This record gives sequence, structure tokens and C-alpha cells, in this order.
Amino acid sequence: MKTFATASAPHLPGKRSVRGVMGLVLAALVPGVLAHAWFFGPGIAIQIALATAFALGFEAAMLRLRGKALRPFLTDLSAPLAAVLFALSIPPLAPWWVSAIGMASAIVLAKHLYGGLGHNLFNPAMVGVAVVLLCFPREFTQWLPPAGLPDGVAVPGLAASLRAIFTGELPAPWRWDMLAQATPLDTVRTLGHAGATLAEIRDNPLFGDFGGRGWEWVANFFALGGVFLLWKKLIPWQVPVAVLGTVVLLTLPFWLYDPDLHPFPLQHVFSGALVLGAFFIATDPVSGCTTPRGRLLFGVGVAVLTLAIRRWGAFPDGVAFAVLLMNCLAPWLDLHTRPRILGEGKAP
Amino acid sequence: MLLHRFHGGLRLAGHKAESSGAGLQPCAMPAVLHVSMLQHAGTPARACVAAGDLVAAGQRIGVAQGEVSADVHSPSAGRVLAVEPRALARFPGLDAVHVVIETGAAPAAQALPALDWQAGDPAALRERIRAAGVVGLGGAGFPTEGKLSVARELLVLNGAECEPWIACDDALLREHADEVVRGGRLLARVVGAGRVLLAIEDTMPEALAAARAAVAAVGDDDIAVVEVPTIYPEGGERQLIQVLTGREVPRGGLPRDIGVIVQNVATARAAWRAVALGEPLASRVVTVTGRGVARPGNFVVPIGTPVSHLVEQAGGYTDAAARLLLGGPMMGQALAHDEFPIGKQDNCVLVLSADECADREPEMPCIRCGDCASACPAQLLPQQLLWHVRAGNLERAQDQGVFDCIECGCCDLVCPSHIPLTQPFRQAKLAIRTRAVETQRALAARERHDARGQRLQRESAERAERDEARKASTAGADAVAAALERARATPPRDTDPPP
Repeated sequence: MKTFATASAPHLPGKRSVRGVMGLVLAALVPGVLAHAWFFGPGIAIQIALATAFALGFEAAMLRLRGKALRPFLTDLSAPLAAVLFALSIPPLAPWWVSAIGMASAIVLAKHLYGGLGHNLFNPAMVGVAVVLLCFPREFTQWLPPAGLPDGVAVPGLAASLRAIFTGELPAPWRWDMLAQATPLDTVRTLGHAGATLAEIRDNPLFGDFGGRGWEWVANFFALGGVFLLWKKLIPWQVPVAVLGTVVLLTLPFWLYDPDLHPFPLQHVFSGALVLGAFFIATDPVSGCTTPRGRLLFGVGVAVLTLAIRRWGAFPDGVAFAVLLMNCLAPWLDLHTRPRILGEGKAP
Repeated sequence: MLLHRFHGGLRLAGHKAESSGAGLQPCAMPAVLHVSMLQHAGTPARACVAAGDLVAAGQRIGVAQGEVSADVHSPSAGRVLAVEPRALARFPGLDAVHVVIETGAAPAAQALPALDWQAGDPAALRERIRAAGVVGLGGAGFPTEGKLSVARELLVLNGAECEPWIACDDALLREHADEVVRGGRLLARVVGAGRVLLAIEDTMPEALAAARAAVAAVGDDDIAVVEVPTIYPEGGERQLIQVLTGREVPRGGLPRDIGVIVQNVATARAAWRAVALGEPLASRVVTVTGRGVARPGNFVVPIGTPVSHLVEQAGGYTDAAARLLLGGPMMGQALAHDEFPIGKQDNCVLVLSADECADREPEMPCIRCGDCASACPAQLLPQQLLWHVRAGNLERAQDQGVFDCIECGCCDLVCPSHIPLTQPFRQAKLAIRTRAVETQRALAARERHDARGQRLQRESAERAERDEARKASTAGADAVAAALERARATPPRDTDPPP
């Protein structure tokens, strides 16, 4: 008689791992990050490195405090992913402590105080963004214009960016006041409120074909990464389709009604963090919906709230707040969108 | 024919070629058979032989008990060594009576008289299928006769052998497609089905060709071979019906509710042999495969053959043998040792190597990715279901469809957090069933208790009433005193008067 160790079925090893999923999402962000660096200088690389270091530090500290195993959770790549999404949402030359405060909010507050990986109600990266945006609005407005603007002025290099982030000194001829209010979304808002038509606003060299110059290319590369994730079935198609589709469908009638007052739908899509949000932020599985219909509604909600905040809110972009507000609704949406079980509702 | 899709499922590496090279091979009769009285869903059969009895091949040795049960026959001539309870491979911790037979040459084989399967009375044919102990050979082991009692419109012959490694139906179809087709026509006659669909997966080209040839030879328009895509778990009854008809079996219902009956191809063949040849079901085709066996193959195995003997037929274990499974890698039962016997519902002995069933990575928290729901053929939300099960909220779990789970294991395989899902669902089902039985018992006990209370109350009331009545009839102490008085007043007769 030969004896064997037993186990419960199924007896095949799993196909994926959390680390693998997070790793592929990070890989999908690479083209967008490179494009970001191309147009806005190496600041983004420094911000990513900073945020990742803070994220892992806070993660390790919280795991230790909570008496959890360090290895599986420090290597699951969820903290670095939150850090990269956060870094992509703040100005590339934001001071170093923005990252520290953002990551403390994201990892300590939003993630571990709610029970760690898988238990957070809110998207950690967006909690970090919201805290920084609410507490330090000035630092959040200092965005660099894309490469080539103003004419003849080079984007700060690595050393200059490092000095700016850690000491607050900008290399000549840059001054901090040159950076204020420089994003296309801000420009639309400010000039729009001043009574300018969109055609006049778009004459500003900040604008490209659809969205902001530079920004729209970064968005293209994020979309490329997003399509890769869709192809790999790592994110549900419902969320990006619902977010981007709703934005287009909702803004199209207004634009058709009066293109002078209302931006072209694709200008909305390619401005701010919408593409990044549609593919990488609103698709966070933990804080989003888990049912197919719930995900559609979640995406629609993110789009509607983003547009509402852009139009009427006090902040230039609304993706972070829209996602956080929809996070509140996700459990309720899930509850009411359970898929029909096979054979349910069929007369016996 | 237009096919439909079922929700979820997985495309898995088939590993069928490993065992199907050598065709159907005979399995040498082992020296001792352990024939279980529970090789089917429902109630165990009652052994009708005793230690020391001589049995013939094909002789009935177990009698079906009740509605859902099946007769058991001896696969070989020989002498009964013992009739004793032994552990069941499929239900660890449970026993069933086994008839242990030392195989020999005498006495001569017994067969039932052959019947005319094309013209015989359907009721008689059904009775024969019952008497031959035919049960579902696809894995569930449901007594076939029980399924044949209700008229249907469509008979589906299930040759969609969806689990990896298992190739017994493939091997059977390659060599005996004609008998399968005859079996299908026989079963269709019994249930009055006007249409028979023989579903075979597109990764089984030889079986498909054999089946098409067999159907062409018959020249019957009512039976058709359907090539279905290979997606696990397409061999599931509900999934196959959905693929072929686009219709869903009602939740909590049965295929009969939509006029369909599904029978495994091997079951159809066994039914035909029982009717046309009078041969009871006492052997079946079993795939013996995996990196852990030396010469994988498909064997015609006498029921009751120990797994160890069967593995010897396949050249014995290799050094890689690490896990012994009865069934496939997705739903099979891991065996602690190889002395368990093969039963009617056991289609595969799979010996996996350590790296194929590598110990699972550490479990991580659920990240709600929903991959489990995307893979679930029952359209459940396994991840939400697990919350309810782990919280002990079994009512909620039942409400959310834990009993709709077919335990296919797809959710386990796709979970990036390596959370075991199927096993907790199995346990939850067991807990709910156990609790239902306990509730039933508690209710019965309370009823008994109440009835006893009422009886005691009634009895004490009756006793009190009787006492009352007796008191009333004797009218108290005066009557006694009067009687004593009378006694004293009357002098004893047989003594002399006082001086």
C-alpha cells in the first residue's frame, strides 16, 4: 500500500498572483510615465521614487505595528502602485513633503486603518491626493508647462528638479509664479469665467489637438497601457468604457449646442487625469464595484461627478473626488446589482 | 447547428493524448475485489451474499434499497471472503458495506435474457436497465432508471469530457461509438425523446469521426453528432444543455423541467449492453494517467478492483508520483492510499507530480478583482459568497446561491490571492444540510416531547378521575365502618357459640 498526502480539489496551481496583477498594472503605466517625463521633465521620476519609498516605509511600519507578516505584503506591489498613481497626480516639482503627507494618508489612513490590503473602502492613492489637495492647494497648482513652453526655456533637468523638490529653489529663468495656473483645465476655467470663448482660449499655446499640449500625448500612452490591461483581462472593460463613454455622451450635446461655451468632448477626455483615471484609478478592484453592472454604474458615476466638479467645483480636476465619492457608493451598488444566477427566474 | 455559450469557464491544457495512445486495454482480474454497496447517489444497496458463498460473474450481490439506489453485481466468479464495512474513497470518514470476493474460475457466468431493444416495451426495457444496476458513469452515479421515468423531448449524450487528463469517454467512443449510438436510441425510446444529440468536444477528433460514422451507419435523422468547443466545465449537465439549446435549467430544478435528459456516453452503452446482451454493469473504462504513472492508458476495469492493482496495470508509479486522485485535477478526490476500490462512478485515476499540484502560494486577502465571478459557470459571485460563509451567515450564503455552485473549481484556479473557494462552499453546503437534518430532528424531538407531556398530563388526569370515581362509588369511610359492623355482628358459623 502506497500512501499519499491529500488536499481538497481543485488540484491545479492558481493562474495568477496579486503580485503578478499589480506588477502588470505597473508595467502598463510605464509608457504614460515615460511620456510624462518627455513633456514635463524628470520630476515625475523623482516623485515616483519618493512616493514609493514613503509608501513602502509606511507599509512596513504599519505591518509591524499590526503584527502582520512583512514579506508577502511588502512584495505584493500594491503600495508601489498606489505611490505611482499618487505621484502621477501631483505636480512634478511638488516639494518632497507632499509625497510624505500623501503617502501617510494613503497607506496609514486609507489602507491599514481599514484593515490593510483588500479591506480599504477608499482608493488609497486618491485619499492621498485629496488630503494634499485640500490641505495644500497652493502646492497643487504649480504645474510645469509642457516642454517648449515658454519658448526657448528648457524643462528643468534632473539635478534642477531634485533641488526644486528638496529645497524649493527653481533654476533660472523659472519662477514659482510662472508655474501657477498653467494647466489647460485651469486655463479653460479661468478664461471661461472671464468670458472668453473656447476658440479664443484654445489659441493659447498650452493647447494641442484635443486637450492640453503634452497632456494629450501622456493620456494617449496611458490609454495604450489601459488597452494592454484590457487585453490581458486585468481590468474590467466596464469601467473605462463607462467613464469615457459617459464623458463623451454627456458633453457632446452641449458642444453641439454651443461650441463656443462648451468644450469638444475629446477635450474633456484628454484633459486632466481622466484617461489615467478611467483605466488605472477607477478600476481599482478593492475600492470599486465587483459586479458587472455595478462597474458600469461606478464608471458612469465617476464620469458624471468629474464633469460636475470640473464645471461647478472649486477644483480644476475632479477625478480624485469623483472616485472617492463613488467608493462610498460601491458596496451599495454591488448589493443591488448581483448578477442573475444561472437558471434564476426560469419557471421550474 | 447553432451553439450557445455558457458563462465563464476556463480553457485548460487537455493532457488527453498521454493516455489515449494505446486504445482500450484490458485490466487483469485482481486476486481480490472489494465491491462497495454504495457506488451511486442515494441509499446503499443491501448485500445479499454472505461470507463463504460462491458467486458467479454477473450475479447480483447487492439489492437496491428504496427509490434512489442501484443493484450491484459481481464482476467475477469467486468466493465471498467477507461482507464488511470499509472506508469510502469519495467520502472520507464514511463507511459502506463492501463484499470482498476472492476471484476464481467457477461457477459459470450468469446473464440476463437478451431483450429486443428496438421493439421491446419501454417499461420492460427500463426495468432491465434497473436490474442491470446501471448508474450514471460520468461521475455523479445517479441511478439511470430513476431518470428514465419522466418523458422528455431531447436526449443529450454527454461525450464532452471536459476535465483535463480524463479520456475514458474518448477511448470508449473511438472503439464503441456504435454501441453508444444504439444506447442513445434505446434511451430515447424509453423516454420518448424525439431527438438525440451526441455532444463531443472539438479536441476529440477521432471520437468525433467514429461517432459520425456510427450515426451515418444507422441512418437515423433523429440523432446528430455535435462538435462543441472545449471549455471546462462544459461536461456539466446544465452547461452542456445551455450550449446545445441556449436554455437554462431552472434554479433549484432539474433538466426534466425543460424536457431534457442528459446521459453520459458510457451510461448509454451500458444500458444498451444490459438490454441487448443481458449484461449487468460490472466493469467500466477508467483512465489511469499523469506523470506519476509509468504507462498511462485507458483500461476496462472490473468494479471493485483496488487502485493499486490498476496502477500496476499501467506500469506502476514513477518517482514523480506525489498526489493520487480519483477523478480529474479539478474535481477529483485526493486519496490517502491506493487500496480503495474502483466504483461505477470512478472515471479516472490520476497521479500528479509535485510540481503540477505545487503547494499553493500563501493565501492573500481578497482584492475583489471579480475574476472568480467572471469564471463562474453558475453566474455566482464566489467572493461575496465566501464573505457570508466565513461570517457563518449560512442563510445569506444559501440565498446568494451556494447550492447553485457545481464545485467545478474554476474560481479557485483564477483567484490571484489563492483563496480556497470551492472547499468552503462544499463545507457550507454540508453544514446547511446537517443543520437542516438537525432542525428536523429537533422538531421531531420537540413534537415527541410535547406529545409525551400531553400523554402524561392525560394519564395523570385520567388517574385522578378514576380515583375520584372510585371514591365516589365507595362513598367514603362510613361504608367501610358499616361493613365492619356487619362483620362483627354476624357470629362465625363454624365455631361454637361462646359459653
